[in-house]
Amino acid sequence: MSIIYLLIPIAIILAGIAIWGFFWSVNNGQLDDLESPAHSILYDDDEHLIPDDAKPPKPAEKPE
Amino acid sequence: MNASEGSLHQESGCFHCGLDIPAGSEFYTVIGGQPRQMCCPGCQAVAQVIADGGLENYYKHRTSEAASPESISASEQLRAEFELYDHHSVQSHFVAELADGSRQATLVIEGITCAACVWLLEHHISSLEGVIAASVNLTNHRARVQWDEQKIHLSDIFIAMHSIGYQGHPYHPDKEEQLLEQETKRAMRRLGIAGVFTMQIMMLAVALYTGAGASLETDYENFIRWASLVLATPVVFYASRPFFQAALRDLRTRHLTMDLPVSIAIGGAYIASIWATVTASGEVYYDSVSMFTFFLLIGRFLEMKARHRTGKAGNALLNLLPASAILYTDDGGEKIVAANELQQGNRILVKPGHTIPADGVIVKGSSSIDESALTGEYLPLTKREGDKVVGGTINVENPIDLEVTQVGASSQLSSIVRLLERAHEEKPRVARLADTVSGYFVTAVLIVAATVGLVWWQINPDHAFWVTLSVLVITCPCALSLATPTALTAATGTLRQHGLLITRGHVLESLARATHIVFDKTGTLTEGNLSLHNTTPLAKMTAQECLDIAAALEVHSEHPIAKAFHRLSQKHQVIAADQLKNHVGQGLEGSIAGKRYFIGKPAFATQLCSQQLDFTDAPDTEGQWLLLASETEPLAWFGLNDPARKQAANMVQQLQSMGLEVQMLTGDSSAAVKHIARQLKIDAVISGVSPEQKLQHIQQLQDNGAQLIMVGDGINDIPVLAGAQTSIAMGSATDLAKTNADAVLISSELVRLPQALRLARRTRANIRQNLGWAILYNLIALPLAAAGMIAPWMAAIGMSVSSLVVVGNALRLTKLDRADRLE
Repeated sequence: MSIIYLLIPIAIILAGIAIWGFFWSVNNGQLDDLESPAHSILYDDDEHLIPDDAKPPKPAEKPE
Repeated sequence: MNASEGSLHQESGCFHCGLDIPAGSEFYTVIGGQPRQMCCPGCQAVAQVIADGGLENYYKHRTSEAASPESISASEQLRAEFELYDHHSVQSHFVAELADGSRQATLVIEGITCAACVWLLEHHISSLEGVIAASVNLTNHRARVQWDEQKIHLSDIFIAMHSIGYQGHPYHPDKEEQLLEQETKRAMRRLGIAGVFTMQIMMLAVALYTGAGASLETDYENFIRWASLVLATPVVFYASRPFFQAALRDLRTRHLTMDLPVSIAIGGAYIASIWATVTASGEVYYDSVSMFTFFLLIGRFLEMKARHRTGKAGNALLNLLPASAILYTDDGGEKIVAANELQQGNRILVKPGHTIPADGVIVKGSSSIDESALTGEYLPLTKREGDKVVGGTINVENPIDLEVTQVGASSQLSSIVRLLERAHEEKPRVARLADTVSGYFVTAVLIVAATVGLVWWQINPDHAFWVTLSVLVITCPCALSLATPTALTAATGTLRQHGLLITRGHVLESLARATHIVFDKTGTLTEGNLSLHNTTPLAKMTAQECLDIAAALEVHSEHPIAKAFHRLSQKHQVIAADQLKNHVGQGLEGSIAGKRYFIGKPAFATQLCSQQLDFTDAPDTEGQWLLLASETEPLAWFGLNDPARKQAANMVQQLQSMGLEVQMLTGDSSAAVKHIARQLKIDAVISGVSPEQKLQHIQQLQDNGAQLIMVGDGINDIPVLAGAQTSIAMGSATDLAKTNADAVLISSELVRLPQALRLARRTRANIRQNLGWAILYNLIALPLAAAGMIAPWMAAIGMSVSSLVVVGNALRLTKLDRADRLE
């Protein structure tokens, strides 16, 4: 059990590093926009990267 | 693209902006392989640019409709205006020159409605030749753009934004803005500290709880306690500082709010835990302390975000004034200077379509001035030599020379802002239910704890401290402090989903209590722009022929009256008119196929006719009437009015049936006021009042005990919005109005108001139930704690259960009334 004398201080130090990283990101403006990055990952503007045979079949288009 | 194809995408509204499509209009853009119907050429053009740029995915990704773009016809004028931003003296205020020779600027962008807008803007701007980087922030609607001045000018970037339906302005951060930013960052750091350390402490607490009793050796237990102490200290001293500060302020002002019991709970439990740790006795509460802080901070953070959301457009006041002005130099030349360098006595030129940069007197020329930004009224006023004009208003028709009389703080626009500050100070404070209850509660708890402590001191001094402490911790107003915030958060979220954004904490409470609701007219109860509702031909021509002639005459005018005809000319084949001549304040003349026509005021239009007409000859007295005449005879009357919003009558009726007194307060003094009032069945109408009088009126009502809601939109409404107990701004309102309102009706759907009021009333009931439960729990737990019969684990379970009950009850508010949901 005496391992906790080592592990708990390490945990505290790790938490301290996490806080330091968080402060850095806040001050650096990384968290200024909390909304759009969450959405932007969903924008599939990578259609040209998908090989044709992997694309789902297109629904029949109505005539123009 | 053929409109007659049967494969048309059936939409209820415009594919781009979602507005209703006027009957008979035929605007289509092919998007995603299908023609989509648009409401106006503006939307059509914007959608075309988006489609041509290969950015059609925007329509797939977006979660809300785009803002309807302003008319795009004035592009020449607009280009000239944007080009002012290319001048060095203007740029010096917001553009930075980077080391590699490129330039960088922060811009505020109007018209962003959802995350897809950000995607669209970033892709569109980045694809421009010469733009090095472009990033758009959805939260504060700011764009950071870096470009190569050799290849592209800033004005081109502005025009590119405009072409996809967004308006850019230079961003000048002011002091308040910077403070807001610091506040946000501080709140985030607090949240981070509380979050990370709470997790650690909870982990250690598991060991303490499971090991309680024999299985955990005392040495280990003490070590874990000391570790928890180290972790909890920053949470108490850094993260919970706002609570302590607010509690101190409460004590000074002798107005008890929830912050005091919260501070007592956090501070008391922390000190007691230190005592227990140092003496290796009793119980520690580090987990409760940090968890409690974390939850409360989350609530505050969300509230703060909502509050900042409306203040996003930068210093909105500056945006009203143009960045530059054209100054006459001493040798008679013209020079472009930054608007804030203007001085009293300067002579400046204001071209048509430009915003007037400072208060002044017209020394040459005459024009009509659109003062809607100040007065909210959409019809421009005619101004001649010697008349005063106000900075921030728009010159509509002719170039004018001004002598500057007031700049900066003494200008009329600034005086409105000062009026606003005064109104803010005099705003009645809403006594909040939770605060009142907690005020009594805190007093009661302190008295009980002191009594218990004294009694136990007599019986058994060794136990006195611990029993007193457990009384404080048990009554630790967990449920009590959760009772209000959870209900408010749930209701606020529901309202936001349905288009009402609440930005101040007291709104729900005061909505529930409202007795009076006061509306501005133009732009609030009405659409805020003129449309044609009546055409009465007088001669042998058909209505359609008359309309075509009128549309041809009005085609180049930017006057709001002319804009009503613009829609028509876009719909039908237009005949071309030439020799167009504008008579300020009178009307227009022009010739079509060799015949001269006049349109405007009756006396003007019939000046060459044998038969002279005036306004009394118009079909009725409601709205605005225009006469079209040829050289020989009057041809047709055109009736224009500003129609009431569709749901307005329904809303007024609902509000009245809920027992509220509905009033209309407007700066307009025309006959249209009566007409609208009759149409909407509003009895109490005050018309023709200035912003000061509006403020006086509502203050008088409030002094007489009215619980008042003010709904408005214009700059002229800002003081009254700030002075009203509760204020709601329309979604289409100016940014300054939105920042100063307690809530914003984003969708501008008036019928949301009665729904919000009903939900607010339910929220009030819900809070009462929650408080009732919390007090009941305390009444049971308190005697037991006072008797020293409660073990820590019982307290923990009791506290959790009572909190869960409260949260569960509050979650009922995430749905609207059943009847409202169906709409």
